[in-house]
Amino acid sequence: MASRTAGHLNGTAPVLTARAVRRAFGPTVVLAGVDLTIARGEVVALLGGSGSGKSTLLRILAGLDGDASGTSVVHGTAAVVFQEHRLLPWKRVAENVGLGLSGADTAGRVRRALAEVGLADRHRAWPAELSGGQAQRVAVARALVREPDLLLLDEPFGALDALTRLRMQILLRRLRAEHGFAALLVTHDVEEALLLADRILLLDDCRIAADLPVDLAPNRTPDDPAFGALRRHLLDRLGVPTT
Amino acid sequence: MSRTTLVEAPGAVAPVVPVAPTRQRPARRWRRLVSPVALVLAWEVAARTGLLAPEKLPAPSAVLATGWRLTRDGTLAVHLLDSLTRAGAGLLLGGVLALILGTVAGLLRLGDDLVDPPVQMARMLPHLGLVPLLIIWVGIGESLKISLVALGAFFPLYFNTYAGIRDIDERLVEAARTCGLGQAARLRHVVLPGALPALFLGLRLAIGAAWLSLVVGEQVNAQTGIGFLMMEAREFSQTDVVVLGLLVYALLGLISDLALRVAERRMLTWRRGLRAT
Repeated sequence: MASRTAGHLNGTAPVLTARAVRRAFGPTVVLAGVDLTIARGEVVALLGGSGSGKSTLLRILAGLDGDASGTSVVHGTAAVVFQEHRLLPWKRVAENVGLGLSGADTAGRVRRALAEVGLADRHRAWPAELSGGQAQRVAVARALVREPDLLLLDEPFGALDALTRLRMQILLRRLRAEHGFAALLVTHDVEEALLLADRILLLDDCRIAADLPVDLAPNRTPDDPAFGALRRHLLDRLGVPTT
Repeated sequence: MSRTTLVEAPGAVAPVVPVAPTRQRPARRWRRLVSPVALVLAWEVAARTGLLAPEKLPAPSAVLATGWRLTRDGTLAVHLLDSLTRAGAGLLLGGVLALILGTVAGLLRLGDDLVDPPVQMARMLPHLGLVPLLIIWVGIGESLKISLVALGAFFPLYFNTYAGIRDIDERLVEAARTCGLGQAARLRHVVLPGALPALFLGLRLAIGAAWLSLVVGEQVNAQTGIGFLMMEAREFSQTDVVVLGLLVYALLGLISDLALRVAERRMLTWRRGLRAT
């Protein structure tokens, strides 16, 4: 406990450590020994092309894949937001957010979490009555209400339209500033990674191919010259021609 | 000519379209009642004028009068209660067995491998064709009727339980796991509500099969029940009682289906939202 507190002050104690994570589907190797550490309060983006094993890695870290080898330890609590909202259609919004919660003032915590994502008035709605963006915000509230040390985000805004995605990115940045959770953000969107992350990992050829710190201001925008340079660099590393 | 119709057509059509359905719906509902009422009236008239011999088909009013007479002297209640008891006992027996086996086969791989093949094979037997064998096994008493109803109710409920559990979205189960729900909580919050629509469908089919099995079972040496009432009436050529028995069977099916629909609407409110969008 003491070391944990000290580590928290230094900002170095990890909230997640994964060592030599391997995963193969039959003869196809998807992850060939991935090492990964996330510090408390750190937001790490995991970038990679489609089929690079990003989501597979996140599922392993979330403890949803029993067939992977290696070790993965979350020091504290983790919550997951998936690409689809995955709300239970037979439970109202508030019941979905409070799913599996116990302890004092569950209703109040649910109410506050819904208010934070701007959906306080929709607590009685059925998931089917929500728009895609609203449903995804409920999914974020369902993760937030657990006050996780680590938020695992599997392309959480990938299925949303461009405008809604921008709003969600701003929302996530605000929530992170307020709650200080660490996060692993799996995405294929370079700009999203640059907007939200403190550090970017590139997954390529079944391994972490690059580990790049993002030294930009917290309220960064894509108009920053430094932002553009990093963006070009990343796209270059991903094999996308930028000129 | 053609030019004027082209110009006028959109203006003429547009206001009519939204108005038409609301104006037509009540009218159509009444229209659908016309032919059944006409048929019953024709039946009544044919019976009264002697066109239909009373021993072949008595007038509907005569059937209703017989129903009233048998209700007042308590005969109908006694037989109805016996029929309902048989249906209830058989439905409970077959239904519980179907729920248990369907759940085991749906949830566990081992259960699927052990339970499903024999059930699939047994399904091919027409269960009403089993009457001779059942008579040899359990005799011609109450057990025959109850076994027959249980057999009829078992299969639809088993298959729908199994399919209902299998069709649950694996991703929802996974999301529930990340919310910290254990096995028992996942069954309660994800599997059971997810399988409920299929369970209701299975139950409706099972009740339909139960009534059918009851009709057949009660014609084998019954001493009580609606079926007995009909068979006895046939021996004394009381056609009005035979027709009354048919009416009672039909009403039982109608009422049970209606009750189940109401229960379904109450318990599956979330699906209404689904349909609205």
